[in-house]
Amino acid sequence: MAARVLSFYLLLFLSIAQLGVSLYEDQVGLMDWHQRYIGKVKHAVFHTQRSGRKRVMVSTEQNVIASLDLRHGDIFWRRVLGANDSVDGIELALGKYVISLSSAGGTLRAWNLPDGQMVWETSLQGSKPSKAFLLVPTNLKVDKDNLVLAFGGGCLVAVSSIDGEMLWKKDFAAESLEVQQVVQSPGSDVIYVLGFVGSTQFDIYQINGKNGEVIHHETSNYAGGFSRNTLIVSDDMLVALDVTGSILITVNFQGGKVRIDVKPISDLVGYYSGQVELLALRLGRMFALKAHQHIALISVTNEGKLEVAEKVNSAAAISDALPFSEGQLAVARVHHEDNKVQLTVKLGNDWSTNLLDETVKIDGQRGLVQKVFINNYIRTDRSHGFRALVVMEDHSLLLVQQGEIVWTREDGLASVLDVTTTELPVEKDGVSVSKVEQNLFDWLKGHVLKLKGTLMLATPDDMVAIQAMRLKSSEKSKMTRDHNGFRKLLIVLTQARKLYALHTGDGRIIWSLLIGSLRKSDACGHPVGLRVYPWQVPHHHAMDENPSVLVVGRCQLSQDAPGILSFVDAYTGSEIESSGPVHDVLQVIPLPFTDSTEQRLHLLIDTKQRGHLYPRSREALGIFQQKSSNIYWYSIETGNGIIRGYAIKGSCIHEDSDDFCFEPRDLWSVVFPGESEKIISTATPKLNEVVHTQAKVMAEQDLMYKYISKNLLFVATASPKASHGIGSATPEEASLVVYLIDTVTGRVFYRMTHQGCQAPVHAVFSENWVIYHYFNLRAHRYEMSVIEIYDQSRADNKDVLKLVVGKHNLTVPTSSYSRPEIVAKSQSYFFTHSVKAITVTLTAKGITSKQLLIGTIGDQVLALDKRYLDPRRSLNPSQAEKEEGVIPLTDSLPVIPQSYLTHALKVEGLRDVITVPAKLESTTLVFAYGVDLFFTRLAPSRTYDSLTEDFSYALLLLTIVALVAAIVVTWIWSERKELQEKWR
Amino acid sequence: MEKGKGVIGFGRRWAVEFTDSSASPSSRDISDPPGFIRASQDQDDSSISRQKKDAEANWKSQKAWEVAQAPFKNLMMMGFMMWMAGSTVHLFSIGITFSAVWQPISALQGVGKVFEPYKDSKVDLLGPKLLFIALNLGGLALGVWKLNTLGLLPTHASDWVSSLSPPQEVEYSGGGIPFH
Repeated sequence: MAARVLSFYLLLFLSIAQLGVSLYEDQVGLMDWHQRYIGKVKHAVFHTQRSGRKRVMVSTEQNVIASLDLRHGDIFWRRVLGANDSVDGIELALGKYVISLSSAGGTLRAWNLPDGQMVWETSLQGSKPSKAFLLVPTNLKVDKDNLVLAFGGGCLVAVSSIDGEMLWKKDFAAESLEVQQVVQSPGSDVIYVLGFVGSTQFDIYQINGKNGEVIHHETSNYAGGFSRNTLIVSDDMLVALDVTGSILITVNFQGGKVRIDVKPISDLVGYYSGQVELLALRLGRMFALKAHQHIALISVTNEGKLEVAEKVNSAAAISDALPFSEGQLAVARVHHEDNKVQLTVKLGNDWSTNLLDETVKIDGQRGLVQKVFINNYIRTDRSHGFRALVVMEDHSLLLVQQGEIVWTREDGLASVLDVTTTELPVEKDGVSVSKVEQNLFDWLKGHVLKLKGTLMLATPDDMVAIQAMRLKSSEKSKMTRDHNGFRKLLIVLTQARKLYALHTGDGRIIWSLLIGSLRKSDACGHPVGLRVYPWQVPHHHAMDENPSVLVVGRCQLSQDAPGILSFVDAYTGSEIESSGPVHDVLQVIPLPFTDSTEQRLHLLIDTKQRGHLYPRSREALGIFQQKSSNIYWYSIETGNGIIRGYAIKGSCIHEDSDDFCFEPRDLWSVVFPGESEKIISTATPKLNEVVHTQAKVMAEQDLMYKYISKNLLFVATASPKASHGIGSATPEEASLVVYLIDTVTGRVFYRMTHQGCQAPVHAVFSENWVIYHYFNLRAHRYEMSVIEIYDQSRADNKDVLKLVVGKHNLTVPTSSYSRPEIVAKSQSYFFTHSVKAITVTLTAKGITSKQLLIGTIGDQVLALDKRYLDPRRSLNPSQAEKEEGVIPLTDSLPVIPQSYLTHALKVEGLRDVITVPAKLESTTLVFAYGVDLFFTRLAPSRTYDSLTEDFSYALLLLTIVALVAAIVVTWIWSERKELQEKWR
Repeated sequence: MEKGKGVIGFGRRWAVEFTDSSASPSSRDISDPPGFIRASQDQDDSSISRQKKDAEANWKSQKAWEVAQAPFKNLMMMGFMMWMAGSTVHLFSIGITFSAVWQPISALQGVGKVFEPYKDSKVDLLGPKLLFIALNLGGLALGVWKLNTLGLLPTHASDWVSSLSPPQEVEYSGGGIPFH
């Protein structure tokens, strides 16, 4: 009956509401926010002429080319290149174009400076991968046309800067020359191309810049051999290291004549150990050498002698030289002193002269300075001033001018690795939240305004005020837990190993932490962050205990590098504890048990498949040992095409083990035939998903029992050819096989082959269904399929009387070893978009109907009702099925434009979408991240359990007051009349 | 006297007779007027009242039967309304069905009240009451049947398991593709 009544209400709602989740224009920004980022800057070019807006063009490691406002740091325009299209260099040309070279010298593009429109694009086909350079000579002209020189793929190409037409091309790969540098001879059209043949031969080509003809070619040899770390100093000298990295080789090629000098590095910098590196900086007649935690700045005298100008700590950053007045060069050096940053601009020609010396206070959570770019301006007193663009360790971007930070951009958030959420503190007495609280008068005023809006009495000014009020509602940005569970903290781990806490209400950063244990140290050369997990979620002591998160990292990129664990307080953003370097970490398995302090037990799996239990306490160990016979894990070896299942054998037996280490026992393995199947995608149900019911009621009161298990794994394999990009296989060669595997017993529940279909596969697993997206080569279209699984062994539980008295086995705990009988139903549909990510909405109790959230190739998030992917859809559904909401079958899934969650926005470089249930059953929180961040709130079946935000309480109140008044008035009136009647 | 009796017949519980009605002449102080024969008048009087009472009882039982049959009309009308409402769940059909269930129940609760006016030692109210109850039960059955056709009665297995949460699993398994 309940189901029927519920379905009745649902029907009522659905008949009113459209299937989409459309939004009105004035609702934009009410519950969603969008943040635009660019990522870690690697090149910057300033554009600061007298007139017009001052801007800086940057390219980043997230493959973004952007033009930033130099005054405020806002983005004028931004272009996000593809994932494989990394930028090699950007330059300005003709004063109106930004030229970018990307894809390892494969693509040259010109962008219009004011608005970022692409003017032209030239594809440069090289013959062989090589270094890539971009050179925009200022005075190399052919018929009033400036040339752009690009080197990539072993070829030097000259391109017209006006239309991108290729003027000439010279292939050096054919001569087996490994080009290291391309330089323009100052004041002439001659281009020098410098490179090595083999390890010992040095070649120099002089090329006529106008037609690409070789003017002169000279070779010379150095028996010691060259390493590939080279640098151009002062237009006529190449500095290189020898193979051993202990000898500095200077190659002077002034006038085309080659002279090689060598000098041991120890002669220059004294004692050092470890790797030596030439820093890729253009410093005029200087160069920088990084050795033994120091950077030695070495200047080249006019006679060609090398002298150490200064030795600075390696934590310093040095900018390229900036020519600012005739023949003078400025070089900026930034280094740390205590918690302050010293910015020094020196004269490149005379290192002892300081042009500028400023101390800037920079937040310690930003780490060390990584890069600095300088630009000069003329002060009002006609002296030269300098501004510096600083890239910090956390990838943030700062503009420093006159000893102050003018603006800051949190561009670390462009490279989010993992996200988790925590609740906000409970509102308690004595804790003031008055900063955002309104007084009664404001509240009343707001409601009066709203009322005016509802009654259509508002003037346009009022409307603007109403809209501003709605957008800035203090209700959503409070720092306390709310009744509906909309306000939470998003804990975000970025590639820069920094943890941010973002408020879901308005996306502001509550705290940020550069994780200390994940910073570079002697023990850990290149630490990387991996994942973040909720560690402690206090329910019993929510008033006085703070939740915490676990950050898992690694010392190196390789899988067998030691792991690092860091525990961070989610309210204060301070590191409570850290351990590491510890054993290596391949997998982290959050277990469904917590100890008495509500810390969740985690099992960390290392490369030998041993399990390490955390937290390391006796109590946790006791809990774990009690349950250990029912704990299993599996690992998917994508390279070998094997999935292996393990259980716990006992404590570790190797020498340096402790009580918290457990030896694995091989249980099962699923081996895919390597020649025909390659694992391309997997999906599992989410651990925190709540499922409301195990029964599925069909039309005509028929009943099926869902097979709901968290121990299921969906695996998609494709034939090796079909596992690459589309077009790499013919329909005959391609096949896609999907499996449903029980991860406790290794039993394959279901297997299905899609002939003529291929990767990429994106899948999502929820409740008893899995939906996956792939490409159908025969139909030349993307397809989506759904598999729903039902438990046949429970299907007999249909006797009403038995169910009424409770004589059934439906609530008895189940075991995978009981060999459940599975029935799978499947259906496929065409889908228009290619997909970057798929996820599904999660709600607190799992009652609300589900929607798929699809990250499309256009970087938007599309909501698609699960009812479209229902294997019971048929061409002519019966009346009862229609009543139940089964949609007639169509060959393709509809894309309803109103159901884009991101409406007019784009989440550039979209990588993933996550959903978090709110406390309110109808609502789920959606967070999409890529280069941009986007957050919104979604109610898949409309907010059936609460009034909408723009519900006018004032109008309700007014109506009630009016009704009461009317009653009183009529009552008095009738009394009076009655009295008169009686007197008559 | 006649008037008084008539009034008694119509529902008064008690009355004080101020006129003398004692039958035995010996108890009187005053002798009857000449030419007045008490016996014949008494006799005549009682026969008239008996006739009256019979007519009244007849009328009462007739009325009671009429009241007992009244739900039948109601039943017919309800049936027609239900047929009109159709078998889909919406506001109209739910309203009609609930009133069809409610009316018989409220009528059954007030069975005693309905037949109160016709209560008489000479009238047998059992028959009409039974008919009334039977007809109302019929109406109730019709209402319940309608509820069932609308699917609002928990007579299917689905109604009992639809909020049954999934069973717990004994084993716990985790893992996946190693971090890279």
